[in-house]
Amino acid sequence: MDKEITPLQPTPAWRSTQKVSPRVTQKIAFTVIWICGVIAILALFVIVGYVLVRGGRTITPEFLFTAPEGGISGEGGIATVIVTTIMLMLLTVVILTPLGIAAAIYLSEYARDNWFSGVIRYGVDLLAGVPSIIFGLFGYVVFVVALHFNFSLLSGALTLVALELPVMIRTVEEALKAVPHSYREASLALGCTKWQTIRQVILPAAIPGIVTSIILTTGRTLSETAALYVTMGGSSALPTSLFSGGRTLALHVYYLAMDTTAFDKAMGTGIILIVLIIIINLITHRISRWYQKRMGIKETE
Amino acid sequence: MNPKMQAINVSFYYGKKQALKNVSVDIKENEITAFIGPSGSGKTTFLRLLNRMDELVRGTRLEGRLLLDGENIRGTGRDVVELRRRVGMVFQQPNPFPKTIFENVAFGRRMLGMSHSQKLEEIVEKSLREAALWDEVKDDLHHSGLALSGGQQQRLCIARMLAVEPEVILMDEPCSGLDPISTLRIEELMQELKKQYTIAIVTHNMQQAARASDWCGFFLLGEMLEYGATGEIFSRPQNKKTEDYISGRFG
Ligand SMILES: Nc1ncnc2c1ncn2[C@@H]1O[C@H](COP(=O)(O)OP(=O)(O)O)[C@@H](O)[C@H]1O
Ligand SMILES: [Mg+2]
Repeated sequence: MDKEITPLQPTPAWRSTQKVSPRVTQKIAFTVIWICGVIAILALFVIVGYVLVRGGRTITPEFLFTAPEGGISGEGGIATVIVTTIMLMLLTVVILTPLGIAAAIYLSEYARDNWFSGVIRYGVDLLAGVPSIIFGLFGYVVFVVALHFNFSLLSGALTLVALELPVMIRTVEEALKAVPHSYREASLALGCTKWQTIRQVILPAAIPGIVTSIILTTGRTLSETAALYVTMGGSSALPTSLFSGGRTLALHVYYLAMDTTAFDKAMGTGIILIVLIIIINLITHRISRWYQKRMGIKETE
Repeated sequence: MNPKMQAINVSFYYGKKQALKNVSVDIKENEITAFIGPSGSGKTTFLRLLNRMDELVRGTRLEGRLLLDGENIRGTGRDVVELRRRVGMVFQQPNPFPKTIFENVAFGRRMLGMSHSQKLEEIVEKSLREAALWDEVKDDLHHSGLALSGGQQQRLCIARMLAVEPEVILMDEPCSGLDPISTLRIEELMQELKKQYTIAIVTHNMQQAARASDWCGFFLLGEMLEYGATGEIFSRPQNKKTEDYISGRFG
């Protein structure tokens, strides 16, 4: 678009005489911020409200305790899907957490600032921004096809590990780095080895941060669809081993919405997914609080 | 009597910057040696050399020799972990672990492989008593060490160090963040401790050095300008700069 060349205009009279006072500016800023806040909260209420209203009716004991029956009308419930979701979640956490912590310890305590750690950090940051379907295709090629894991829980979990590892490493690394240097000095000055210091002082002190990291990545496991679509298949049966496929709640929402007419059930499944996320958050926080209190990490209650 | 620790012609560099210049000093057994001097004069640097805490900083260089019981503490094959068990340290800022009081004190012993809980309990109690903290915390052993006051935290750190039964205790301005009452308690404590331990303390507090130490070294710009019996240094300093410093004319 061409810019119009406007001739210099004399400053309007109100401007030259009376600038907008800071007080007015502040009022305007507050109003804008307030409106933004209201919009955000409204949006949240509208979305959750919509899901609740449309999906709420479908949540019955039968819905929770029977398996999906398939078909264009999406008969049946979500029992197997809930169980599959929890299995996948646990499997992913069990593989992911040790790897993430080990890599973070390496970066934060051993590599500190050499070129190698620089490359890793950069790579990790880069990977964190790659769309999940790319990881899905990677998982498909490597785990499903090359390693013959087929569409399975294991392929899905390993793909999620690849997807979530960068975030886990960076967040745990931050947690480790946030542990005061003075703790390290105290431990070393007592004649403890570096490994003892890491294992017995730094890791326990970083537990709250590590827990946050686990919650963050678990949230990702629960909400992921694309990467699992191409690595877990979509069988609605209960997996019988690590090598059988399955369907998570988020995937089920996708299937119901795309392949069936049971849109309300998709919303109902969404509600259960949200509830599951809340429950997991609560449980994890409880455990973390209990641990911190027992170990004396926190000053007081 | 041989000195417990000895520095012989020690120079120390952070990169190109020289922080210690040709320092030689003895730290005598079962006595308290104080190091005084304005900030930036190298007191902390020197103290940390004595248990090799300087090795946590990269790009440093050491010349000269440091001896413990007449043996070089950095000779080939000398174990840094073993040295630090024999030469304990209390830092300027109290730094208890985010653990319970009990676990703070038991920590060093646990890391040495002790798991016998009754023996550990005895050691914890003994150390807390030695650090004059037992009466205040005996009912709260399983509360967080971070919940204590600053003075109590510093005594907790002393107890934690005593629990591994070192021979030498290094203290880097242990009272700088504490109120006068806590400071006095720690000074009394030092008088108790010197019966069993050898103590080196850095302090910027002249009265503290005069009250609490037997020997005193004055650092200025990385040099040990003067060293001698505390009474001598404070009543008849040989060096004009020492005199100016202890009489408060600079610092
Ligand atoms: N980690 C470090 N890296 C570089 N220079 C340092 C470091 N620690 C101390 N120094 C320098 O060494 C000198 C002596 O410092 P320090 O031993 O802390 O003195 P003091 O304890 O007497 O105040 C100061 O000039 C200080 O800037
Ligand atoms: Mg200092």
